[in-house]
Amino acid sequence: MSRWRKVAPWLLVLAVLHGIVVCAGFFAPYDPIEQDRKNPYLPPMRLHFVDTHKHLHLRPFVYAFTLRPGSFDQYMEDTSHPLPLKFFVAGDRYRLLGLLPARLHLFGADNERIYLLGSDAFGRDQLSRLLFGGQVSLLAGLLGAGFTLLIGWCIGAAAGYYGGWRDDLLMRVAELFLALPWLYLLFAIRAFLPLAVNPLQAFFLIVAVIAAVGWARPARLVRGIVLSAKERDFVRAARGFGASDVYLLRRHILPETSSVLLTQTAILIPQYVLAEMTLSFLGLGVPEPVPSWGNLLSNLQQYSVLVSYWWMYLPALIMVPFFLGYLGLASALQESPGAYKIERRSLGSLA
Amino acid sequence: MRNCPATVARCRILFRSFLIFSAVICQLAFAKAQQNNANEELLVLPGEVGRSGGRLAVSLRGEPKTLNPIIAADARSREVIGVMQADLVHINRATQLTEPALAKSWKISPDGLTYTLVLRKGLKFSDGQPMDADDVLFSFRVYLDENTHAPQRDLLIVGGKPISVRKIDAQTVVFQMAEPYGAGERLFDGMAILPRHLLEKPFQEGKLGQIGSLSAAANQWAGLGPFRLKEYVAGQRLVLERNPYYWKSDSKGNRLPHLDELVFLFVPNADAQVLKFQSGETDMISQLGAENFSVLSRQQNGYTVTDAGPGLEYNFLFFNLNDVGEKAPADLQRKQKWFHEVKFRQAVAAATDREAIVRLVYQGRGAAIWGLVTPGNKRWGDANLSHPPRSLERARTLLKEVGFSWSTGPNGESILQDSDGKPVEFSILTSSTNADRAKMAALLQDDLKQLGMRVQVVPLEFRSLLDRVTQTKEYDTCIMGIASYDADPNSDINVWLSSGGTHLWNPSQPHPATPWEAEIDHLIEEQMSARTFDQRKKLYDRAQEILAEHQPMIFLASPDILAGAKNSVGNFHPAVLEPYVLWNVEQLYLKSGRENATR
Repeated sequence: MSRWRKVAPWLLVLAVLHGIVVCAGFFAPYDPIEQDRKNPYLPPMRLHFVDTHKHLHLRPFVYAFTLRPGSFDQYMEDTSHPLPLKFFVAGDRYRLLGLLPARLHLFGADNERIYLLGSDAFGRDQLSRLLFGGQVSLLAGLLGAGFTLLIGWCIGAAAGYYGGWRDDLLMRVAELFLALPWLYLLFAIRAFLPLAVNPLQAFFLIVAVIAAVGWARPARLVRGIVLSAKERDFVRAARGFGASDVYLLRRHILPETSSVLLTQTAILIPQYVLAEMTLSFLGLGVPEPVPSWGNLLSNLQQYSVLVSYWWMYLPALIMVPFFLGYLGLASALQESPGAYKIERRSLGSLA
Repeated sequence: MRNCPATVARCRILFRSFLIFSAVICQLAFAKAQQNNANEELLVLPGEVGRSGGRLAVSLRGEPKTLNPIIAADARSREVIGVMQADLVHINRATQLTEPALAKSWKISPDGLTYTLVLRKGLKFSDGQPMDADDVLFSFRVYLDENTHAPQRDLLIVGGKPISVRKIDAQTVVFQMAEPYGAGERLFDGMAILPRHLLEKPFQEGKLGQIGSLSAAANQWAGLGPFRLKEYVAGQRLVLERNPYYWKSDSKGNRLPHLDELVFLFVPNADAQVLKFQSGETDMISQLGAENFSVLSRQQNGYTVTDAGPGLEYNFLFFNLNDVGEKAPADLQRKQKWFHEVKFRQAVAAATDREAIVRLVYQGRGAAIWGLVTPGNKRWGDANLSHPPRSLERARTLLKEVGFSWSTGPNGESILQDSDGKPVEFSILTSSTNADRAKMAALLQDDLKQLGMRVQVVPLEFRSLLDRVTQTKEYDTCIMGIASYDADPNSDINVWLSSGGTHLWNPSQPHPATPWEAEIDHLIEEQMSARTFDQRKKLYDRAQEILAEHQPMIFLASPDILAGAKNSVGNFHPAVLEPYVLWNVEQLYLKSGRENATR
């Protein structure tokens, strides 16, 4: 019960954050790849409640920007031109959860586009790109972690349970994978693939690479637990009664690994989101114009962007609450009595 | 002309008075140079008179491969060689016209076949050895020798025959051509005159290609340019020192160059170059991107950035029109069917938003182009070339005319289909290191989406991109840019001719694949041997119009030449031709007493 109480707040935070990203189409005011060529590098528009005549408005509004004459990216607020925020407006088409066609957006403005987090080099709305980019990055992290743990779990359990030459072989392979220079491996894989990879293929390539590279560590962890668990008395007893390997693994040994697996999941997901960002940053991720957090950050590779447009750093900022949520969850899982019990039990059996 | 007898005489007088003056203050290097002054015919440059001394640093994109002009193929080597070597006749980078250089005058016979060049008197290589007609003969013998594989050789073959060179006396050389050469004396620009006393032996031994490496001792190499080798630190810098025997002077008679030292720092990327310039490590910067230009112009302190106007670089999209044969993937064959359709190409061109490219990629510091002659080229643009504005409607009409149709996709988007009902999808290759072209591709992708075409942008490392385009020919379309080295059409000859290596959409053809390519070949070859500028211009205009009609390349935009220099650098006048800021390196000087500043 107390385990649940520790974990629940973190789960709630993560659920809210992920909910926003999953429903990006609703929360984002615009299509993330739609270009507004009149407004490149528009700074974020500030929400106002009080206008220039000191009148308070309950409905927040922003001021439209106008280009300073003779410049390319220097804008100023046009205080004669307030744009009140409208809520629950019909706008660009999108598919909720990738399935349901919808047009409803949380907010928007009449006739003109508003940019609460600024725009990029092509005048694309940075807020919409951030939210939609999260879908790619988080899904890559989740799927990557899922596959990694699945592979690691199977291999670790097999190595730990069967032991002997099988253990040696599997663990040497795992060490090989740990030693691989995986970034260069990825470059090589990319060179073999057909030239134009569509966004979906690129996405699954990333997931596959992340999973293929990462399984070795969880496999070692699982193997350790299985090694100790299979020597425990009740396992020996069950074997003595003629239980089959499959039964032993399923009923007695693998449940011991669940706590470690859960904690690993919570640790690995942010790690793999970061991996996706790294790959996209290096141009190996999903191709333009599809947004992902790494793609968005790769704009910062240009010195001029780095020193001129601070809102291009926002993708780096947005992952902080997500990572905090996952790491908080991981430590809550680790501290919870469930995990402790397993540890104590395994220690007891060793003694 | 600056080489008329009166000017020469005045120059001598000036030079003598200068000697009396300089004898008092001169440096050791100067003293040596004075000995044969009576016979020297210095070229006097007009313009601001500078003060001598000092050290100027610029960055170079990487290490030059060689100092030897016979084997130099990379831009970095050519930039360094440009300040260490000299040619007979030189193209002034500011006026884009020819000027006397090592040859003080030249005469072209009425039939256009014989060029008689008279060399300046008293010329000396940077090691003090005299230079005369024999060195000219030797240089051209080297360039024309098949075994040296000099890149200059192709230019020296006119009408299918190599140019022959004859010596009349120590000061006079005659060049004989098989056919008249349209560009005339521009031919001699960039043909460095080589030191025979150093290179004759290696040439006879066939070892010329091994000479001129950066690590060789400074005294094993000599040139006629304003600077000579002083020190090379691998991976860091190349230091050149003033050539005390240089053959130009300023209008007061001071021997040029003004600078004591010119330092090239090896800085591999554009952003790092900007940082070095901002921190004061380099004194000048060129080939600035528009974004970095605006960063620098926002925080100007102690330096000035200049927009020299549109240059000669043209960026374009081209289609894979190679005859890939039966073995090629079916996918590519299907796409090529579209690409071969001229109306398809015209539709893509009509949908292209060039204004957006100029504004979003170059921040307005560039020009939209509809042909490969950019607005920066003062003489050769075709005024009659139409500049159709963007029109999706026209694009749709063109596509309809050749059997394309539209269907509605699952998300309500329209999808263009060919006559077989296949959706139109293709990729655009672009160099992964060039942010500007990647942006152009992203804009094109969006432009074409509005026609229902699904376009993917594929950033590729430049070498493998080039390999795909010229060797394996496995690509759909590609965005590239070329910077002409000269305003004369002959500098782009390999783009025009169907046999050319940079005729990118279908390079190195044995025979022109299409009638219009054959016609362009014919026009370009004809203009090469036409005698007058007007004749050449007319033929060249026609070639531009044919290219614009058939759109094998869709021309996009040309960036302005953007450069910057510290305020202490005098005579800084960036040109739109390469080398943008170093073209008048001999006249550059440092204004304040900064030469002792340590870095």
